[in-house]
Amino acid sequence: MLKNYFKIAWAVLQRRKFFTFISLFGISFTLMVLMVVTSLFDHVFGPQMPERGTDRLLFVNNLREEQGEGYSSSGPPSYYFLDRYVRRMQTPEKVSINSVFNPVNSYIHNKKLALDIKHTDQQFWEILDFHFLEGNPFGALEVKNASRVAVINQTTRKNYFGTGPALGQTIEVDQVKYRVIGVVEDVPVLRIQSYADVWVPITLKSQDFKDTGLRGGYFATIKARQAADIPKIKEEYARIIQQVSQLNPKEKKQVHSYPDTILESFARNFLGSGKEDKVGFLYTMLALAAFLFMLLPTINLVNINISRIMERASEIGVRKAFGASSNTIIGQFVVENVFLTLLGGLLGFLLSAGVLALINDSGIIIYAQLGLNLRVFAWGLFLCLVFGLISGVYPAFKMSRLHAVEALRGGSK
Amino acid sequence: MIQLQDIEKVYRTKTIETVALNRVNLHVERGEFVSIMGPSGCGKSTLLNIMGLLDEPTSGVVSIDGQPVKTHSDKQLAKLRNEKIGFVFQSYHLIHDLSVVDNVELPLLYRNISGGERRKRALAALEKVGLSTRTRHFPSQLSGGQRQRVAIARALAGAPEIILADEPTGNLDSVMGEEIMEILLRLNREEGTTIVMVTHDEHMAHKTNRLIRFFDGQQVADSLVLEAQI
Ligand SMILES: Nc1ncnc2c1ncn2[C@@H]1O[C@H](COP(=O)(O)OP(=O)(O)OP(=O)(O)O)[C@@H](O)[C@H]1O
Ligand SMILES: [Mg+2]
Repeated sequence: MLKNYFKIAWAVLQRRKFFTFISLFGISFTLMVLMVVTSLFDHVFGPQMPERGTDRLLFVNNLREEQGEGYSSSGPPSYYFLDRYVRRMQTPEKVSINSVFNPVNSYIHNKKLALDIKHTDQQFWEILDFHFLEGNPFGALEVKNASRVAVINQTTRKNYFGTGPALGQTIEVDQVKYRVIGVVEDVPVLRIQSYADVWVPITLKSQDFKDTGLRGGYFATIKARQAADIPKIKEEYARIIQQVSQLNPKEKKQVHSYPDTILESFARNFLGSGKEDKVGFLYTMLALAAFLFMLLPTINLVNINISRIMERASEIGVRKAFGASSNTIIGQFVVENVFLTLLGGLLGFLLSAGVLALINDSGIIIYAQLGLNLRVFAWGLFLCLVFGLISGVYPAFKMSRLHAVEALRGGSK
Repeated sequence: MIQLQDIEKVYRTKTIETVALNRVNLHVERGEFVSIMGPSGCGKSTLLNIMGLLDEPTSGVVSIDGQPVKTHSDKQLAKLRNEKIGFVFQSYHLIHDLSVVDNVELPLLYRNISGGERRKRALAALEKVGLSTRTRHFPSQLSGGQRQRVAIARALAGAPEIILADEPTGNLDSVMGEEIMEILLRLNREEGTTIVMVTHDEHMAHKTNRLIRFFDGQQVADSLVLEAQI
């Protein structure tokens, strides 16, 4: 039976080439876009090297000060604030303070190399899950002594040293010489909390430490003992902020800053003014966008399917006359549609793989390795089936209700 | 075999009401070859569709082998159509997307039969209508007469007890028509298949053993065709 369904499905697809093309194109293109978007979303917000245990990680990357009417400013917090208040928090397992990445120039064989440098403490390496290809990170001693040592990424290593040895060699960045002690895999730029080309001890920037303003150029990365501690950490952080706001009651200053997950921090800073938590809003928007995006091709598909199935009214009549029940007819059309959509799905996957490979190769997103991960794959497959069912079941159901005589007459009613 | 009691069929549209069948009583016995004649629009097709359980009467009782079918579910009706009845339509109604042999297998598809067995029975049915050489063709590659023979093979394939044929020769020239008629007669004679055939052709009708005439939704004559009349 099933074999026969497939046989006729295949025959129908071959005969109605235009219809098949439109359907397959619609399905595979829609899927492709969805897959690329999901993959990007995953890339930006999902757990990924070096931020792997994201359920235990929180990031502080913004602080907003409001004073009186209208005056407000926001940006990364200062070393002073993070060191004095955040570093001393009780609930987290570990806190790392690290600078935002700064663009610097480096020269090699008279060739300019634009690099991003980040100053970090030793906790940074303990909290995050960097993949060391060579050597090791710097530790407490190097940080304490402000040693001129550097961890560099793979690409910088290649540009600098080619295939020769890298460990123990020096690189010169912004006219300062550093000894290379480790090489890590490239970190995608969208991981703004961890990304850099060169990482050096934070104490090399100690001139920043004296500034007692609340805002500066630093991030904090917080690791919880367990995922369940996250709310406690947020509470403690809120208390600290409350305290900081009231340090100078005369100023009537209001301070806003939050330890966020990657997604929360994105939603808060890009969709809001840095105060409200906009994650719910972000999800609603994304769901709505995905829904609207899928709605059109689905309606289209349902339409094409209805007219296509109408065309086959006589076939339905004949099948009924020779013993197919309504359910059998529905079964046939559902199998046909699922077959078609899975085919479209397969094409969609190939297309997505191609497009993702193109994006990776083009280097639009620095060091990004977008991939068709299993989660995205499962999603795609699921969406395919939803497509197939929505676009097949309804018209099939409608047609199966037709009396055999009416169907034989051409389904005019 | 098939019994119709007080069958009425009324088509209602917004403006008019058409009585297609008006209190029809008819009993088709096993092994009969019945022909139905009457002017266009008198309700012959409607009658045949009701007999074949493709349509429901507005009122009246249809019984198959003494069992009224009124309360049957869609599934039960499908099973009856599948096992007991074979249809032959004036306009063939073959499925374009399927090859000849796949078309003929259709009634067997809805039974629990292995693929090999289905193929065997379909080929045997094609053999009976003299189309063994065209099994891999598609309907569009056949002549009208050949298509109708495929349709008959399809009706035969499931070995039904009764074949309902609505103007099976209506679209064919007389030579082709004769051929089709011969096949039906042989089926009735040699295999005892009950046949009910609608026709406009007196000559064909007189080859059968019972002739029923209709006029305006009513049965006006029901006579045994005498051997002498042929
Ligand atoms: N679906 C329908 N809706 C309305 N009226 C219908 C419908 N089907 C048939 N009729 C009417 O019922 C009557 C009988 O139709 P039927 O098709 O049974 O005639 P027929 O005897 O088979 O005619 P023909 O010899 O031309 O095939 C006709 O008057 C027709 O107009
Ligand atoms: Mg008719």
